[in-house]
Amino acid sequence: MLTLKNLSTAHRKRPLHNLSANLESGKIYTILGRTGAGKTELLRTVMGLDDISDGRLELDGQDLVKRPVRKRQMSMVYQQFINYPHLTVLKNVAFPLRRQGQSVSDANERALAALKLVGLAGFEDRMPAELSGGQQQRVAIARAIVKKARILLMDEPLANLDYKLREKLREEFPRLLAQNADGIILYSTTEPAEAMQLGHEMIVMHEGRILAKAAPEEIFEMPATVEVAKLISDPPVSIVDGTIVDGKLLLGGTALHSITDLKLPKDGSVQVGIRPDALSVGGDTPAKVVLAEFSGSDTIVHLSLEFGAAVMLVEGIHEFTPDQTISVSLDTSSLLIFSAEGENITERHSDG
Amino acid sequence: MGRTYNIIKYLCLLAWATFVVFPFLWALSTSFKDANAVTSGARYIPWLEFEPSVEGWTSLFASGSRGINIVTPFMNSASVTLLASIVSLGLGTLAAYGLSRFSYKAGFIKNSDITFFFISQRIMPPIVLAIPFFLMLKEIQALDTIFGLVIVYVALLLPIAVWVMTDFFASIPKELDEMAMIDGCTPIGAFFRVVLPNSTAGLVVAGMFCLIFGWNDFFFAFILTFTETQLLPVAIVSLNSSVTPWWSLSAFALISVTPLALIAIVVERFMSRGSLAGAFR
Repeated sequence: MLTLKNLSTAHRKRPLHNLSANLESGKIYTILGRTGAGKTELLRTVMGLDDISDGRLELDGQDLVKRPVRKRQMSMVYQQFINYPHLTVLKNVAFPLRRQGQSVSDANERALAALKLVGLAGFEDRMPAELSGGQQQRVAIARAIVKKARILLMDEPLANLDYKLREKLREEFPRLLAQNADGIILYSTTEPAEAMQLGHEMIVMHEGRILAKAAPEEIFEMPATVEVAKLISDPPVSIVDGTIVDGKLLLGGTALHSITDLKLPKDGSVQVGIRPDALSVGGDTPAKVVLAEFSGSDTIVHLSLEFGAAVMLVEGIHEFTPDQTISVSLDTSSLLIFSAEGENITERHSDG
Repeated sequence: MGRTYNIIKYLCLLAWATFVVFPFLWALSTSFKDANAVTSGARYIPWLEFEPSVEGWTSLFASGSRGINIVTPFMNSASVTLLASIVSLGLGTLAAYGLSRFSYKAGFIKNSDITFFFISQRIMPPIVLAIPFFLMLKEIQALDTIFGLVIVYVALLLPIAVWVMTDFFASIPKELDEMAMIDGCTPIGAFFRVVLPNSTAGLVVAGMFCLIFGWNDFFFAFILTFTETQLLPVAIVSLNSSVTPWWSLSAFALISVTPLALIAIVVERFMSRGSLAGAFR
């Protein structure tokens, strides 16, 4: 088990603040956060590339802080495709095995198997510069998994690939990561879908802090704070101000009468999270279109409503023009209620 | 418009090329002249304008009163330049790697100050260094010796090596060394196994600068030697007397330029930064 105990760093740009977590063997942990959230810094600190200013980092109860990088039984895949440019693909992958003292033939044999696994059989004698971006990243992945390290750190490994390649590799990842099934895998990403798809557990980070750590579906269903809610879906959950008056939820002066499955808190100010699929075209709420964009086979419509700005996800490709006034309806069953301070206080009747 | 531009462009290039190449052609032409041909006006084309003679070349290797000893100064220059360049490149590369990868701080002194300290040694006028160097070499009885010159040249070439290599290492992503350490290398192992093999272009450029500055230095070679350890630039200048043998001097100058020209041609292909392709994207 990898344990972070009140871990902080004094990194000049993106320090980590008081991180605590227990990461168990045999699990994939996806770290979700925006650029600058501290994901890379966390991975670099675990790897030993950046120093800890406070707290502890332990592997199976053993202090890791004083252990040099080369002895940490970890491997890492960078966002950039880092390979050794002077070595062939085979020698690149065999490099960590040779450093472990394995014979050339043993190292090559295992490197060949790893290359086959990542779909690069036949590329052994090529130089990294002769490969495409996707192939170069596959070499880096092969080199990371060939060691069968206790901890595999992957820092946005798909970020620099084009959409198609990203999709393809993402589909292959569960199979590739199974090579490290007994280890701990930390996989950072800015994409909620990727984090949900790959992780047994998801760690949500923001400004150097861990905001949430739980199973992806748990975080998705019940984000702990407003900030988590904003991060866990793309398009994001819209947050608008609301008021509870006489047991009714008012958004911008309009009372929502249709709320039946939410236990509303006592009267006062709240923040309300509206999932992008909670809004749909047709209904009695007027909205002005601010912007419409296409994402795959969906249309994302940014709306200006009486009670604030919100994003609506519409299945299929539809034409919306800026300043167009449309009518929308709000499905209140998936609303999230947060306190004025941003804590999730949503209670559903079905929760018992 | 395009044609006129091209004509002007090529005329400019031709003028510049002539300006650069002419001294060599002049020296080459003069090296095949005898005393009469040299003193009888501007003549450049052998057989048409003057009768070529190889006396300028043969005199460099002849013995006796007509001979000029080129072999000893050539070997002295080669020894001093090569030794000093190798030592400077070795020490300079290690220093540059340290400066590019690790942060040093001693009071107000930081990495950039240390780098500037190295460079500042080249900013000072050589005459400022001449007397201290002379006194120090005299103290250790290394005046007029290869050893003494190597020490001084290392001090002069080290800043160049540090400067060039610091800049080059800064262009190598530090993630490459980190990856080597993740894969099981010590920091020194990462340097020798991964960083150095990918630094050919930088080493070649720094090495070339060291060789050029070392080989062409006249000032310190003149101040710190007398008769025992004469270097090529000093030997060439010493030919200039009441009757200067311009033909021998030209041949001498061409021979002194040849090693650097040959090295430049051989290493030119290493001087591209393309060797880092595939490291980082």
